[in-house]
Order: sequence, then C-alpha cells, then structure tokens
Amino acid sequence: MTGLPETTEKSLGLVIDLDTCVGCQACVTSCKEWNTGGHMAPLTDYNPYEDGADGVWFNRVHTFEEEPASGCGEGRTVHFPRSCLHCAEPACVTVCPTGASYKRASDGIVLVDEDKCIGCKLCSWACPYGAREMDMDVGVMKKCTLCIDRIYNDNLPERDRVPACVAACPVGARHYGDLGDPQSAVSQLVAERGGVDLMPELGYRPVNKYLPPRERDKAAPPIAAPALEPVAPEGGFLGWLDRVLSR
Amino acid sequence: MHPAFSVIFFTTATGAGYGLLALTGVFFALGTVPQGRLFGFLALGLALVLITGGLLSSALHLGRPERAPRAFTQWRTSWLSREAVASVATYVPAAVFGIGWVVFASRHGIVASAGLLSALGALITLLTTGMIYASLKPIPEWSSPYTLPGYILFALMTGAVILNALLLLTGAEANPVRFLAPLLILAGWAFKTASWRHNDALKMPADAASATGLSGSVRSVEWPHTQANYLMKEMGYRVARKHAAKLRLFVHLAAFALPFALTLLAALSGGAFALVAACLAALIQAPGILTERWLFFAEARHTVMLYYGR
Repeated sequence: MTGLPETTEKSLGLVIDLDTCVGCQACVTSCKEWNTGGHMAPLTDYNPYEDGADGVWFNRVHTFEEEPASGCGEGRTVHFPRSCLHCAEPACVTVCPTGASYKRASDGIVLVDEDKCIGCKLCSWACPYGAREMDMDVGVMKKCTLCIDRIYNDNLPERDRVPACVAACPVGARHYGDLGDPQSAVSQLVAERGGVDLMPELGYRPVNKYLPPRERDKAAPPIAAPALEPVAPEGGFLGWLDRVLSR
Repeated sequence: MHPAFSVIFFTTATGAGYGLLALTGVFFALGTVPQGRLFGFLALGLALVLITGGLLSSALHLGRPERAPRAFTQWRTSWLSREAVASVATYVPAAVFGIGWVVFASRHGIVASAGLLSALGALITLLTTGMIYASLKPIPEWSSPYTLPGYILFALMTGAVILNALLLLTGAEANPVRFLAPLLILAGWAFKTASWRHNDALKMPADAASATGLSGSVRSVEWPHTQANYLMKEMGYRVARKHAAKLRLFVHLAAFALPFALTLLAALSGGAFALVAACLAALIQAPGILTERWLFFAEARHTVMLYYGR
C-alpha cells in the first residue's frame, strides 16, 4: 500500500558527519558488496570493464568545495555521501502505482517490493535526492534498504548489526540509530552538532541528518613535541667508533 | 529529463485521442455533428486508435510490462494509478457510445449520454495525466501551474483540429469546430508562449548549499563516477540552448502558427480548398505537438543534478 503510515514506531536512519568524512569510498564499496547479495540483489553492473561502465549503487560519495560567505581563503573540500534519506514524507512511495514502494510503520524504512515493481521510473523522478536507481537488466527500481538484512540479522554478532556503510567507515563519519527517539545517541549527536535536513524547502522531511563541518581554528596547531637536544658526546666503544669515523 | 519517445508519443497521442473523443461526444449529444455511421466510425475509430496506441506505447516504457495490471491498485495516492483506472474506465462509456452509434445507428438518449460520459472520462483522464507531472516537486518546469491546464488545452486543441479535418473529409453540412479549432490553437499558442516565459525565469526549488547542508557558495568538484549513470541519463538530459531555440521556433510554426492560419482559411473558405487546408493543418500539427512534448521533457530540470553541479 502506498499510503504513508501516520507515525512510525521508530525512525531508523543515518547521521553523516561531513566534518570527518575523508571521501575514501569505503562505504560505497562495502554497500555494493553487501547489497549485491542482499535483499535487493543483484546490484547489476553494465559494461563493467569497458567504456560506458555503469551500474546500480545505493551510496555515492560526491566532493564539493565550500566557500563560506565570509570570504576568500576560507574554502574547503567536503566529501558528501549521498544515499536514501528514508523520508517521513517520501513522494517516491505515494506516486507508486503498484504498491511496490512502501514505508514501514515499524521502523520507517522505505523499501521496494521487487516482485510488484513494474519499472515505470516515476518514483525516481519523484525523489529530489537521486536515491533510487533503476536496474535496467531486471527492469525494476532499486534503493537503499538501510541493510534490513544486517540490522535484524540474528546470525551476525550484535556489534555488526548496523548498515554495511556504517560498519565500513574507517573514520566514524557514519552513525546509525533511531532518529525518532530524542534520547538516542544519534539524536543527541544531531542536537549537539546542529545536524540538518537536505533540501528542507521541498518538504520531504528526511530522517537521515547531515552534520555540517565544524568551524575551523584560524591559528596553526600548537607543536606538542619538544625541540631536539644536541647529542651528548658518548664514551666507551661507541664514542671511540664515532671519533674514528668522524675524522 | 530524458525525452523517452514512448512517453512523448503516449502523451501526445492519447491527448489528441481524448480531445477528439471529448469533442465528438459533446457535439454528438448536441446533434451538431453528422449522426451517420460513417462519421461515427471515423471519429471514434481514430480516437480509439490514438488512445489505445498511446496506452500501449506507455506500457512499452515499463521495465516489466507484464506486471502492468498492478498499476490499477494504488489509485488512493498515485496519479499514475488514477490515470490507469480513468483511462480504462473511459472505455466503458466510449464502447456504449461507439457501438450504439456505429453498429446500431441509434440516436437514443443512452447513446448521447454515453457520449457525454465519454467526454467526462476523457477530461478526467487528461487531468490525471497532467497531475502526474504537475505533482513532481523536484522538477520546477513540471510542478508549475502551467502543466495541468496545458495538458488539457493541447489535447482539446489537437482533437479539434482532427475533428475539423474529419468533418470536412466526410463533407458534413454543419461544422461546430470550424471556428473552435483556430480559436483553441490561438489559446494554446498564447498559453505555450506564456509557459515558456514562465519557465525561463524559473529557479530551482533548492540550491547546492541546501542540497548538501553546507553554507556559502558550494561547488561540485568531483563526481562519484566517471561515466554517466542512471541518474544522469534519466534526470540529467540537457538540450543545448541554441537547439532549444530552434525547436521552439519549429513548435511556434508547426504546432500553432501554420495550423492556425490553415484552419482559419478553411473556416473562411469552402470546397476543396477548405478540405485540403484542414487536413494539412492536422498533418503539420502532429510533428509540431510531438516537438512541443519533446521539449517539455528535454527542458525540464531535476534537483538531483544539483549534486552534479549541472
């Protein structure tokens, strides 16, 4: 059913820290690796080893240059991972003519039932964020599942029950949790760091939040190591060797 | 947006078909079109071919056409599903109308009512088609207030031009669309010109800063991939400005100016000249309206391209 749930018990989602993301693409590749064998499998690639290489990915990292209004010399490079935001008002769900797209009332995750999808592409037109990619081989739409086959997977150790992208991030720039619970660690992180919605003016009310880069220190970092001491003249065998060799 | 021919043909062909069906239904009920079987066969037959051909073309655009019947289920929320329901529901009064008129040559009130109901179904279907596009907020050119009236106006315009040609071809005595056709073309022309002016001044509903949560000036410096992906192929289609200008000129001429002049000449003259002019108007308008629809897709921009700096 493409009607939206009025409320969801949980609002599971991601918090992505644009301050610490280094653009290493580890989340991109681990997402592809997990999901090409997961719930939405396969994530088809077309011409992978030739010109015109293309394929289905759920997570893509862009790079931007941010130049604050304050002026020159303050610009910085920001890596920006982009994936489904599991919106509270997902137009991708309501436009679906078949009921293949749905938002779960239990945890707020937006999913596609591949067996019902007719591949009309309308949901991808309705998503302002480009979260959905059509699988041209299978003829159906595919999207991020927030790794439902990991987060509820009893066969995995508990610490691994997080989305593949979160598990892979080497700098801890990706956080996973219940954004509907104000007491959760992710909600508190968003409150503390001033996390924002993407394109809030469109009214999709994304669940995922992005933490803007922190203000940078203007001064150079202090040097923690002491200056080097001159080497004391050594006695004994090593001192004799040094004197011989220094001649 | 990618101008897929299947969807361009679908919207223009069903548009003309529903326009023709609606006008024929209304004028049959008013008794101002020939009530003979031949005219009924030609007008309703052509409308049926245009509508059915268009609907089949839209099914071809699907990734899994064999599952198309599922599209009738979500009419509560989806304009595409509503369109599917409305288009198929319109076949019911249209069949009663066509069978009553063409097979039984009946002028019973039921046939006339079925004609009016067909017109209503046609208008509702056109409304649902327009709303599919008008409800997409990430595409400012489509979510504009011009989209929905445009779909209905261009459908009635192309339908009237075809009906006009059919009336002259069958040598009908009365012609209720003699002046209506040029009038609708003039209205469509003014509307399209205004909508292009509106679109040219449109800003995207978001910018790179709000799309990324960053502040100040935000510039895309690197893409996640080196070759075009689904998003860029589907949502990133761009037509060069100079080409768009030429194509708009062609639309001005082929969809509006020439058909207007020809239908007006046909209305003011008579005999073979009027017949040739009216048929020529319909033939010239076809590539014109296809180009208009091609531009409707090709000139539409999607917010996802903000992430690609385009």
